[in-house]
Amino acid sequence: MGDETVSPSAGAALTRRTVSVRRVRALARGSEESVWRWSARVASVIPLAGLAFVLAVLAVKAWPAIKVNGPGFLTRSDWIPGSTYANPVVTNGVAHPVGASYGAWPLIAGTLQTSVIALIVALPISIGTAFALTERLPPWLAKPLSFFVEVLAGIPSVIIGLWGVLTLGPFLAAHVYPLIANHVPNVPVLRYFRGPTGYGEGLLTSGLVLGLMIVPIIASTTRDLFLQVPPLPKEGAEALGMTEAEVARRVTIPWVRSGIIGATVLGLGRALGETIAVAMISGSVLGAVSPNIFGTMTTVAATIVSQLDSAATDGTGFAISTLAEAGLVLAVISVVVNVVARVIVNKSSRHVAPVGRG
Amino acid sequence: MADVTAAYPPTRGRRAREVVFRTLSAAALLFVIGPSLWLIADVVVRAVPHWHWDVLTTVPLGTGGGLENAVLGTLVIMVGVLVIAGTVGVLSGIHFAELARPRRSGRAGGAVLRTATEVLSGFPSIVLGYVGYIALCVGLHWGFSLLPALIVLSLMVTPYIAKSTESALRQVPTSYREGAEALGMSTGYALRKVVIRSALPGIVTGLLIALAIAVGETAPLIYTAGITNTLPSASLIHQPIAYLTYYVWTDYNQPIKSTQYLSFDAALILIVLVLVLLVVSRVLVNRTQRHAEGRR
Repeated sequence: MGDETVSPSAGAALTRRTVSVRRVRALARGSEESVWRWSARVASVIPLAGLAFVLAVLAVKAWPAIKVNGPGFLTRSDWIPGSTYANPVVTNGVAHPVGASYGAWPLIAGTLQTSVIALIVALPISIGTAFALTERLPPWLAKPLSFFVEVLAGIPSVIIGLWGVLTLGPFLAAHVYPLIANHVPNVPVLRYFRGPTGYGEGLLTSGLVLGLMIVPIIASTTRDLFLQVPPLPKEGAEALGMTEAEVARRVTIPWVRSGIIGATVLGLGRALGETIAVAMISGSVLGAVSPNIFGTMTTVAATIVSQLDSAATDGTGFAISTLAEAGLVLAVISVVVNVVARVIVNKSSRHVAPVGRG
Repeated sequence: MADVTAAYPPTRGRRAREVVFRTLSAAALLFVIGPSLWLIADVVVRAVPHWHWDVLTTVPLGTGGGLENAVLGTLVIMVGVLVIAGTVGVLSGIHFAELARPRRSGRAGGAVLRTATEVLSGFPSIVLGYVGYIALCVGLHWGFSLLPALIVLSLMVTPYIAKSTESALRQVPTSYREGAEALGMSTGYALRKVVIRSALPGIVTGLLIALAIAVGETAPLIYTAGITNTLPSASLIHQPIAYLTYYVWTDYNQPIKSTQYLSFDAALILIVLVLVLLVVSRVLVNRTQRHAEGRR
């Protein structure tokens, strides 16, 4: 009440005071809106700014490595840090240890292989799970099981990795993999499924565990989508005499196809970027693509987490820079996957049910 | 489907396919539930026989000790993420749902910001951690400490909170806003008193799930938070902070049993923590749904 001054009479002062209180309140209301508006505007810019900052730091940090490693970085298989004891040499104006030679092909291949295995495992399981939860089970059972599937999405990846490397991997390598490896015929394509099964650390176990990790993402979205399919088309199809399987294949799944694709690609994104679980289960072998599906390997994300420590010992900073380049490759892959998913979902689903979990 | 009309004549093939389909979908459910139960049981079996409550009240010492530093550190990180990512995420959700002006074409506004948020939500967490290490810990000389860890984790979960806030706000009936306007409330006042209040359970649910994600993260923390055997201090920078996932990640393959046990204990505490967060969020959802139905 800044304008409360000495007034000639009490009545006039009272009026004036009420007026000023009202004005202050009105001002406060107006300014409350602009406070909301501006703080919300600033906050909504932060993710974009963060993303731009992250990409800029990556690009700047990776630039020296890009100049030295060249395009061969994507196709070579070496991972040789070079000698940190000898004097560094200079290539294209960038100092790096003698004999340093980096190639990301095994990392990229490992990332794609594990993610593809994960998708092959997760997609049918997710759709089957969603179908069982929405169409087959009674609500009193479906409800807690749906929640359980969602809880699985929240289990820390390091714990899934712990289980994968200590329990699942050894179990599969002892009891399941030999059945495949010893009975698959030794012919060109199927030869990939033969070979020593080791202790369960490697490509197939990593892919399977990644699959388990992305099932909840795809399954719970697909379940929500199935629930949004209106009952009339399904009942109509049933009235025509279709079996449940036919209704699912010809009505329910096509109805929400783009949503399922979107959820699948979200899961793929998670699989591509998953770090800790794969770092624990893959065997972390650098420098070669696994010759068969049981072999040890690594991925881009797992390499960054397991190599950053030793990269920091490279006095020229070249190893750190190379990891930035690897990170940039991974970032580009995951951004492209994300954008493609959005395009697919936007293109094919304008008229169909809303996509995703909001 | 007992009655099959002439349009789809009953054949043995169709019936067989139906049986196969049902069996496969039940098997799919088992393939999800089975390994998940196995995984949880595995952690319980590894941790519980050696469980001592001292784990919560002592710090790591030599090859054994407890995890008090990591438990407290994780709680500190949770609070920090709640403050930073909660503020930014909820505000940007409000922006997307309520304040961004629709474009002339009639589509929702803020397309660029929305896309950036989506892309960030699918961004590999280790790359965020790497950038945090390079730019904040090394570049700004903050060292391994709480603040870079909070910034990286918040960047990771903010898109999630923004998304859940936005969808919670979109579920608030338009009539509430119209009613508020008819009563002469200003937009800002109506937003605070009516819209956000009725969307609050949904917003809190999103926050809890985001916290569960943040608690379970390892990759972005390893090179930003560092590790220490001491309890969390008040300093935001220059002082490393312990967290639970670190012990799961490093101690499980140590040669000494007592060190391995720390790893399993940390895993058990994490599972309990995450389950509590998720169950509370679910209870909240159920309660709000009941309210919504009662109102109708």
